[in-house]
Amino acid sequence: MAESPLAVYQAHLDKGELAYQWSKAAGRAVFYPRVVCPYSGSTDLEWRVASGLGTVYATTVTHPFQGEGYNIALIDCDEGFRLMGRVEEIDPMAVKIGMRVRFRIHPASGDQPAYPVFSPIEGAR
Amino acid sequence: MSGLKRGGAAIVGAAESDLGQVGPGFNVIDLMAQGITRALDDCGLGVKDVDGLICASTQSRTSGLNLSEYLGISPAYIDTTIIGGSSFMFHVGHALAAIQLGLCNVAVIAYGSTQRSVGRQQASVREVNPYETPYRPFLPSTAYALAASRHMHEFGTTREQMAAVAVAAREWALKNPVAWEKKPLTVGEVLGARMVSYPFTVRDVCLVTDGGGAIVLVSPERAKSLKKPPVYVLGQGQAITHANISSMPDLTVTGALASGKQAYAMAGLAAKDIDVVELYDAFTINTILFLEDLGFCKKGEGGSFVEGGRIAPGGALPVNTNGGGLSYCHPGMYGLFLLIEAVRQLRGECGERQVNGAETAIAHGNGGVLSSQSTVILGTEATV
Repeated sequence: MAESPLAVYQAHLDKGELAYQWSKAAGRAVFYPRVVCPYSGSTDLEWRVASGLGTVYATTVTHPFQGEGYNIALIDCDEGFRLMGRVEEIDPMAVKIGMRVRFRIHPASGDQPAYPVFSPIEGAR
Repeated sequence: MSGLKRGGAAIVGAAESDLGQVGPGFNVIDLMAQGITRALDDCGLGVKDVDGLICASTQSRTSGLNLSEYLGISPAYIDTTIIGGSSFMFHVGHALAAIQLGLCNVAVIAYGSTQRSVGRQQASVREVNPYETPYRPFLPSTAYALAASRHMHEFGTTREQMAAVAVAAREWALKNPVAWEKKPLTVGEVLGARMVSYPFTVRDVCLVTDGGGAIVLVSPERAKSLKKPPVYVLGQGQAITHANISSMPDLTVTGALASGKQAYAMAGLAAKDIDVVELYDAFTINTILFLEDLGFCKKGEGGSFVEGGRIAPGGALPVNTNGGGLSYCHPGMYGLFLLIEAVRQLRGECGERQVNGAETAIAHGNGGVLSSQSTVILGTEATV
């Protein structure tokens, strides 16, 4: 039985790695993981592990009806793919577009498997 | 190159169902049927004349089936394409094709929603996306807020400029007797309202209401013998760029750029030729994005464009003359209401909010999280 793209991605996260796919036909990264490259139509997708370094592309602070607002951002990873994330260890309103960030794991809890979050890289630009 | 014929069909009937908060027990098919019977009355046709049935709903999985049974018809042509709030502009393209090819003679496009009465959670099933759901985005607000953040960063667009969109919509709504909002609104009130997802307060965000409606399309030949002046479909275009906001290629450029180009090319018109502009304003940033992408101003200048009451009543460009999704009504998928308002403006039926001498109108639909865009250009007899 084949492993789903999500299962492979999750297994990497469980080891502390942020994985993405590389499309040889398109010569570029693919994210989210899938069974076909959306740029070329090729099914030849190779798994790679990202450096975990990226830049904030867009950011917001979402306010639930009760409780504190929290950050939600889109992160452009250095390998050329974008994903949704949360920038932590900083006031959510202080997260700025262009800020350099580093991936880390938000550990699994309850029904929620481990997922990627980000922290600002001190002094970096 | 679409193969659709400029003026190949005309909208001859248009009507809303009950809006706002409908009575207990009403369901979405009731509202669709109410819209359809009113739109048919508007043009002098009856339910048994309908042989093309087009509808979409988030609350009825097989709405085409349920609506056919309810009306007692077996339509020769049926389409239930659902790709968010722009579905109805896509439907106009499909109706035009079906009429042009003789697949049907009388096509209705219908919508209904009871999302205010039953609650948003009940009206639209939340889908889990393992790459987004862990971050608890409040969708769609969070996604549009991300787009707004990018627009502010790249072009210096301000919260005050976005608030000006909400204020203009409210001024129009005060001239629309069936609009949900009845009180004036100021920029200060928009900025000071409850924060939903920065930079949006609740006043940057569309309403949550019930509502439905329908429009009726026939061939231009048939249209001439009906009750009201026909409103011709001069152009239609469409584009899908993504589904989830994390996959949108550039958050400051929407598919309206492509859908608008197609629609203008088919109509042989440009932005400067359009008299009335109806844009899908689920959020204040939408109006700014679509004014830019549809060529009413340059990319990045939408914020300054909407300042000083330019899109408000009495301004240089009439935009969202019914009060928009921000102040008139927004029952989940709003696109059909833009078409209804555009038709009424071109017929001169809009009373206090009528744009004098309007001959051309654009109705631009948006769906998902800026995901599906479709532009319809309409015109009076004089424009064909």
